[in-house]
Amino acid sequence: MTSQESQQLNLVEEPSSEQAECVQYLTFMMAEEEYGIEILAVQEIRGWEPMTVIPNSPAFVKGVLNLRGTVVPVVDLRLRFQLSTVDYSEVTVVVIVKVCIEEAEKIMGIVVDAVSDVYNLDKGVVTRAPDVGETTNKPFIEGLIQVSDKMVVLLDLEKILDF
Amino acid sequence: MSIDLSQFYEVFIDESYEGLEIMESELLHLEPGDVDSEIINTIFRAAHSIKGGSGTFGFMAIADFTHVVETLLDQIRNGERELESLHIDLLLKSIDCLRGMLNAIQNDEPQESEEAESLRQQFQTILDGSTQKASQMEEKVVDSATVEQIEPGSVDSIWQIHFAPLPHLFRTGNEPLFIFEDLAALGDVTITAELDSIPGLSELHPEDSYLSWLIGLDTKADESAIKEVFEWVEDDATISYKLIAQIDDLNQLNAEDYEQDPEPLDSNSNVEPMVASAQAEKSSKSEISVKTMTKSKLTDGASAKVDSSSIRVGTDKVDSLINMVGELVITQAMLNELGEAEEFNQEKLLALREGLAQLSHNTRDLQESVMRIRMLPINFVFSRFPRLVRDISQKLDKKVEIKMLGEQTELDKTVMEKLSDPMVHLVRNSLDHGLEPPEERIAAGKNEIGTVTLNAYHQGGNIIIEIIDDGRGLNTSKIRDKAVTNGLIHADDELSDSEINELIFQPGFSTADEVSDLSGRGVGMDVVKRNINALNGTVDVDSSPGKGSTFTIRLPLTLAILDGQLVTLGSNVYIIPLVSIVESLQIEMNKVNSVGGGLDVLRLRDEYIPILRLYELFNHHDAQKKLDNGLLVVVESDNEKVGLLVDDLLAQQQFVIKSLEANYKKVDGISGATILGDGSVSLIVDISGLIQLAGLKKAGRQGLDFNKPLSEAV
Amino acid sequence: MKKILAVDDSASMRQMVCFTLKKAGFAVTEAKDGQEAFDIAKASQFDVVISDVNMPIMDGITLVQNLRTLPDFKFTPILMLTTESGTDKKTEGKAAGATGWIVKPFNPDQLLAVINKVAR
Repeated sequence: MTSQESQQLNLVEEPSSEQAECVQYLTFMMAEEEYGIEILAVQEIRGWEPMTVIPNSPAFVKGVLNLRGTVVPVVDLRLRFQLSTVDYSEVTVVVIVKVCIEEAEKIMGIVVDAVSDVYNLDKGVVTRAPDVGETTNKPFIEGLIQVSDKMVVLLDLEKILDF
Repeated sequence: MSIDLSQFYEVFIDESYEGLEIMESELLHLEPGDVDSEIINTIFRAAHSIKGGSGTFGFMAIADFTHVVETLLDQIRNGERELESLHIDLLLKSIDCLRGMLNAIQNDEPQESEEAESLRQQFQTILDGSTQKASQMEEKVVDSATVEQIEPGSVDSIWQIHFAPLPHLFRTGNEPLFIFEDLAALGDVTITAELDSIPGLSELHPEDSYLSWLIGLDTKADESAIKEVFEWVEDDATISYKLIAQIDDLNQLNAEDYEQDPEPLDSNSNVEPMVASAQAEKSSKSEISVKTMTKSKLTDGASAKVDSSSIRVGTDKVDSLINMVGELVITQAMLNELGEAEEFNQEKLLALREGLAQLSHNTRDLQESVMRIRMLPINFVFSRFPRLVRDISQKLDKKVEIKMLGEQTELDKTVMEKLSDPMVHLVRNSLDHGLEPPEERIAAGKNEIGTVTLNAYHQGGNIIIEIIDDGRGLNTSKIRDKAVTNGLIHADDELSDSEINELIFQPGFSTADEVSDLSGRGVGMDVVKRNINALNGTVDVDSSPGKGSTFTIRLPLTLAILDGQLVTLGSNVYIIPLVSIVESLQIEMNKVNSVGGGLDVLRLRDEYIPILRLYELFNHHDAQKKLDNGLLVVVESDNEKVGLLVDDLLAQQQFVIKSLEANYKKVDGISGATILGDGSVSLIVDISGLIQLAGLKKAGRQGLDFNKPLSEAV
Repeated sequence: MKKILAVDDSASMRQMVCFTLKKAGFAVTEAKDGQEAFDIAKASQFDVVISDVNMPIMDGITLVQNLRTLPDFKFTPILMLTTESGTDKKTEGKAAGATGWIVKPFNPDQLLAVINKVAR
């Protein structure tokens, strides 16, 4: 069947055809939604720890932390998406990612509610992005994909962390 | 036994780069027609070394190229040829070419290139021009040197050789035994000594040679191989060769009396065929398409030394290190012993404290020593400028000479490598825009030769580098106009001349109307400033119309370590660079004056120090807001003094500077970060950034503006 | 063990020569110019001297001349490292009292062949 048809069916299975662009995603929870980022970008996952504040920084930049001697800035994804914030708990997690911003490789962290799962997803079957929170969040989202019985929002990390 | 020569490559490449530097700097001291033999000899030796080494280690492209360079230099130093400016230019170009070739070796790229071949031919043309014979002779020798092996001929020859050494033979260190052994390697020998020349005992000189020998040799080797055996002693003996018989494959006996005069190997008869074959080789080489080098530096003239991953260190620095490590080991042993104590008491505690103090001292010394290893004289960067100035001034038809002072001033290797490009840009700028053409200079009553001076010296924990020219100075009104056009300032803004001049460092600023090949390539002064700021340094300009300009670069001596004062601001801990701290004090309220717009100043002795409320600048509302509840740290930056209001002072210590920008971005008022003992990150304040942040200083302004309300800044 | 004095202003050449000869069982002393070599020679004996021609301070030819004035070096084999274009250097060298020459560029095996010959 054509990709159009499969989109309409909202069917996503483990891709069988060789032409499928199969990518691994790490998903996490944020405000009860499941979001995914390409796992290749993920360096490690740490528990939340107090951070050093950067003066005069945007509210969604929580501060910097020490990653084995490197200073890494951390972004609160809820605030970046202008969602309501919650208190950090023991399951709050900082996902350390490597992204390319302005032609430079940077290591940054994103605070999420909790880590969810790892999926093999066929990028060819991604639907158009819905509106999550404010419409300003649209560029952050690559699209939607259905995994089993739920929808996962695929994020464009580089747009999120380029500010 | 086979030896891996690649272990010597790095040394060869390093010393070749050095040799090229020497060649270049000496060449720049030469004028056409010069006969300063010492200089020419030095240049020749450098080229000669490179040729020798490259041949030995198998870098044939370099060897061949250097060969023509060396030949030309040899002719010049022998007086066979007069030095012309064409030669100087060609030689300078060849140095660039060789740098490229060495670079190619390091990058595992092919050494050959069109430029190299074209240059080599230019040399060849000059050489062929007046000394046809010489070059032919060389080619002959090149090829004959390889003819060492015995031809695996099928012709068996029987020779009779008479070898009569002259009396002084032994004094050349030679021994007939060597000769006999070599002959024996060629075939079967029978040797008969002739004793008839030995004088009586009373006339016998023990150090002289009186014997002679008749040697029969049965060999398949050819004549030249036999003569080669005697090569070393040709002048020290009378030798005659007689071919008695030749037996070829078909076992036919050819009896020929073939006598030859004992003269040195004369292979002039062999020149033609060898030259022909060598030339044939060369022409086929040029037909083969050659890859152009990826890094072509010939037109650029700038030296292209790749950042080498090795450092030459003086043995004194290494000895110092070894001493320090020795002391460290002693301290460690002492602490170890204390640690193994059965019980701990007051006395041991005191000893422990002493030991720890000693450890701290040792570590600091060791650290300083290690830092010094990475310090090199700034001459490494300065040395490229004479060539640069020469090339550019020629291109611009200007007469410029360069002066360099303080070349031995040391700075960190990495800082130096990053300093190179900004300096080049500043010097180019001086040459392009600052210095006037000779006619204009004369009209202005100046010497027609302009001067660019590079000056480096240490000041406090910094290194200062000045680039001074005696040109026309900055055109302040033109800068002002451009700044207004570009929206950097308003038309009615009042700025002093020096403030206007500083505007050239703003992004998007360029007064180059024509895109001059040299400076106006969109690589503006703002990039220079950014590069220098990235090194934690500053750059300023000072100019006098008609007299010249001075660009001053200030850099910390080392990038990595900072002595800092920990301060608290609410729940936050910041670090103030110790080198900027003048003093810390509690504010006496009766000495505080309000100057309007929310700004307070403290009268300190005979100065007025503006008080910067850090908590406001950084938006930390859990900090002390009352002046008499906090502490004032008086700091200095760019000759401006300000006071930073903090909650409290904590420890002073050394910090390893970590970059905040690497993963985040530049933050106003912050110069970097560090990791504290508890693993948390602490930010290092940037004094001049804070001053700007407070709005006390507009971009480019000098002197603080007390009239600007703080509230506008934040 | 035979002792060799190796003189060359090029560090890479010295390294190569030293390494080759040491590996073959010789004891090697290095000098970076003629003067240094001569100072060393005045104080020690050597079985063979091998020297470059073009060096600063004191060149190879002068070194040979000077060495031959030392009683310990009257009969010592002294080999010059010359390049192919140096036919006149060979003559000069011989006139100064050199034993023979090794033509540059040379490989380690060629070097050893010559040294083994004269080191007896």
